[in-house]
Amino acid sequence: MTLFLEQVLNGLQLGVTLFLLAAGLTLVFGIMGVINLAHGALYMTGAFVMSSVTMSTGSFLAGMLAALAAAAAAGALMELVVIRRLYRRDHLDQVLATFGLILFFNELASILWGRSPLYLNTPPLLQGLVEIIPGVAYPVYRLAIVAVGAAVALLLYVLITRSRLGMLIRAGATHREMVGALGVDIRLLYTLVFAFGALLAGLAGVMAGPLTSVEVGMGESILILTFVVVVIGGVGSVRGAFAGALIVGVTDTLVRAFLPGLLRLALPPASAAGVGSGLASMSVYIVMAAVLLWRPGGLFPAKGSRA
Amino acid sequence: MSFSSARGLLAAGLLLGASLLPAAAVAQQPVTIGMVTTLSTSGGYLGQDVRDAFLMAIAEEDGKLGGVPVRLLVEDDGLKPADGRQIVERFLKRDNADIVTGVIFSNVAVAVAPSVLAAGKFYISPNAGPSDFAGEKCDPNYFVVSWQNDSLHEAAGAYAQELGYGNAFILAPNYPAGRDALTGFKRFFKGNIAGEIYTKLGQKDYAAELAQIRAANPDMVFHFLPGGMGIDFMKQYVAGGFRETTPLVVSAPSMDTRIMGALGDAALGVRSASHWNSDFDNPANRAFVEGFEAAYGRTPTAYAAQGYDTAKLIASALRAVDGDMSRQADFRAALKRAEFDAVRGGFAFGANNHPVQDWYSLVVEKNAAGETVNRTTGKVLEKHGDAYAAQCRM
Amino acid sequence: MTPAAVFRPAWAAWRRDSAVPLLGALLLLALPPLAGLAGEPFLVSSFTRILVYGLAAVSLDLILGYGGMVSFGHAAFFGVGAYAAGMLTHHAWQGDLPALFGGPLAALPVWGLAILAAALTAAVIGAMSLRTGGVYFIMITLAFAQMLFFLATSLEGYGGADGLLLPARNAVPGIDVTADIPFYYLCLGLLVLFLLLCRRIVDSRFGLVIRGARQNRRRMTALGYPVWRYRLACFTIAGAGAGLAGALAANHATYVSPDLLHWSSSGEIMAMVILGGMGTLYGPVLGAAAFLLLSEFLPLLLEAAGFTGMKEHWRLLFGPLLVLVVLYGRGGLYGLLAGRRASRG
Repeated sequence: MTLFLEQVLNGLQLGVTLFLLAAGLTLVFGIMGVINLAHGALYMTGAFVMSSVTMSTGSFLAGMLAALAAAAAAGALMELVVIRRLYRRDHLDQVLATFGLILFFNELASILWGRSPLYLNTPPLLQGLVEIIPGVAYPVYRLAIVAVGAAVALLLYVLITRSRLGMLIRAGATHREMVGALGVDIRLLYTLVFAFGALLAGLAGVMAGPLTSVEVGMGESILILTFVVVVIGGVGSVRGAFAGALIVGVTDTLVRAFLPGLLRLALPPASAAGVGSGLASMSVYIVMAAVLLWRPGGLFPAKGSRA
Repeated sequence: MSFSSARGLLAAGLLLGASLLPAAAVAQQPVTIGMVTTLSTSGGYLGQDVRDAFLMAIAEEDGKLGGVPVRLLVEDDGLKPADGRQIVERFLKRDNADIVTGVIFSNVAVAVAPSVLAAGKFYISPNAGPSDFAGEKCDPNYFVVSWQNDSLHEAAGAYAQELGYGNAFILAPNYPAGRDALTGFKRFFKGNIAGEIYTKLGQKDYAAELAQIRAANPDMVFHFLPGGMGIDFMKQYVAGGFRETTPLVVSAPSMDTRIMGALGDAALGVRSASHWNSDFDNPANRAFVEGFEAAYGRTPTAYAAQGYDTAKLIASALRAVDGDMSRQADFRAALKRAEFDAVRGGFAFGANNHPVQDWYSLVVEKNAAGETVNRTTGKVLEKHGDAYAAQCRM
Repeated sequence: MTPAAVFRPAWAAWRRDSAVPLLGALLLLALPPLAGLAGEPFLVSSFTRILVYGLAAVSLDLILGYGGMVSFGHAAFFGVGAYAAGMLTHHAWQGDLPALFGGPLAALPVWGLAILAAALTAAVIGAMSLRTGGVYFIMITLAFAQMLFFLATSLEGYGGADGLLLPARNAVPGIDVTADIPFYYLCLGLLVLFLLLCRRIVDSRFGLVIRGARQNRRRMTALGYPVWRYRLACFTIAGAGAGLAGALAANHATYVSPDLLHWSSSGEIMAMVILGGMGTLYGPVLGAAAFLLLSEFLPLLLEAAGFTGMKEHWRLLFGPLLVLVVLYGRGGLYGLLAGRRASRG
């Protein structure tokens, strides 16, 4: 039972990381109508910048702030140079252009930081274990990730529903021209939204860095899962992104943890591992296909958003 | 002819011209050695060490091996068997390589070696030694300089058995070498297996596996997680508080110099079994370690030692045929004789072209100067071959 | 385009944009002897890859360029064809299958079944996906492709993530497939045949419905056409083409691996279509050539230009190049060569 609970916590931790990525992606997608495959590159930027700054200054805080700034800046730059020209284009062009951006970013990262992974230790303040469930000593750092993610979710909720900026964002999602006609600088709004999404992606990278290694191409593997989250949750809906992220995170973790064990009852260990791993990876996509066939707009489709 | 067609012709011509560029760069005199190795991903430093040690051996002789000029082509397989195959196809067909070497990972080896052997060229592995080619499918042109995969872990199993553990929880990645690893360990460890997990190659997050180890509560843990996988797992192992409760006896690749450096104090107390260690006290090894540290500013891993031995082996055979690769039978015989000073001490090939060698026990501890080192403590297996040699009918 | 032009019979199209394709065909025909003369026989193998990927790209152009269906999972059909060929060849050599599959006629049943398997997969996936549109169509095709990718990695008996070696290429009566040059011409012949087939489809009434549905789906439905059924048929044909390409790829490398089905593989095929010129049929072949030749020779060019250290970082140039082509290169390479009006069928 404790094993199960521990895995659920792991699932929540993955879910929260996915949420940070999905929130930015779904906002960009819902409001600007742009599919951005290069979102994972911003996640990678956050992780890399944090690693090098922390390793050279010795301060995790400095590393984190530098990484967030770098991710936001990279996002703003990306928007100004490339994304801006894709608003009126069809999805195919957006997919391919941002695919080209991925190649560029990965190559740039390998030039700046080399092709070998960087390894970072968790910050001293967050090391150690805590017994959140009796009998299970769970790493403090992973709990911190869950906490940060939940806080960001709350912050986003307040921002979008209660603030003026959030109102502009929601309005921009449904009636772009109208908002522009009302005198709001829509281009500035878009750049800000994009940079904010990039910041969230960078934050996800910052938190993931100490857990796993930081290496070129780390954005792509999590990007696909992020897209699945966005689609399950409903494009343009942050609430949907939250729900989708938790569903994907917990499903993926639990199936990955328990399916090989179940298969071992029928298959030899090596086969059980291979088959189990493959099927576990499939599980998330099966869920997505099922959701789409049942609710073509996702679980919480944002009203009036473009698809 | 219309304007657009003329442009089309010009563009096509340019394209074809560009594709013929390599025709300019052809030098057939030196012996061409194609090195396909892993230079990127979390296993990248393994290939880098093999490459750097090989280059060092060539540099020692001013661009020659065994007095014969060599041309070394290095390509990165990115740990992808498909890419490795393409690279080897190019080596064989475009570059006319006589020898293919460098493969680190066994999944690449299994995809790549057949092409080389089918072309009648020599395949000399500095690292990967899958069981696939050690038994019935052995080949006269196929040589492995490091170890046969299973034997690497048989040594760890023998060491664990020597230490007297009752049960063990074992894990390795799910690819040919990982499967060989657990098979080999179980062959020499006579205790119970508390749990057996195959992780994914390149996996980074081991939370699920650690939870299962916690549930099983074994006497010890054995793992084979080379490269970055080892670093990721060990960091999470320590963070999960296992270091205090569950000792580790791992295979040598799981605690190489680089991993040890990345872990720092977290590595203390971990035991492993290896055929080579930087503290081996023979003239060849001392010269090698000093030379490597001087040239590259870092302590060599076992991969570097194996890469160096591979280069020296090839040098000894090239010297025997005076660089004339058409004397295939003589080259083959010279390789088999293995008349070179291996940095690991003695070196001899078994019947299946895999090494027969001694295995030693190691432990990570602090030396008198307070540095973290991997110290050789004793011998675990002597003149040990592998379990497949008997099935090879060469 | 005048109404008369719209109803031009198929053969008349040859007059207009025949120059570039004919030249291209001649060049491809002449490649093996040219490569031999230049002392670079390995080029034949490189260009065989171009032909195979070109075939896959052409099949994608059918649904992407003409049908407007942005499928991000086309590599799935490519991979299914490859794996079908791989698995059948594997079993044939183990003796599990009738002699027909391993004998001198092996290519016929093996490639035939590969095409069938891919077509079936496309029909099933298409049936479920074509009910959606826009980004959801993109995502759901991606999802199905990823599912098949992970399924391939879990096939323990067929190598799983490490891939499967084919014991030998499938024999074709009258052709020595083990030699580079005959195999090259075989692939060239199949590519030309498929191009001709696609040309016929696109210029037929079926093709007109597909193209019309891309421009305005509602109008076609109002005209009484069951758009969904037409699209499904088109999707299936495209899948079959990709399956043939996959079988050829499996034969060329005598190796299959799950990477063939990965979404980045789908992305690369899409990039080939766009680079070459969407909606032109011949463009994708150009795109495949450009894409694969660039990836092989851009590093060498960088080295020759003096940027030796940057040799492995050729993607630093290639990425932005792709972005530029997407943003400004309407019509792709084919549009550049054959003039604007030849593209965008």
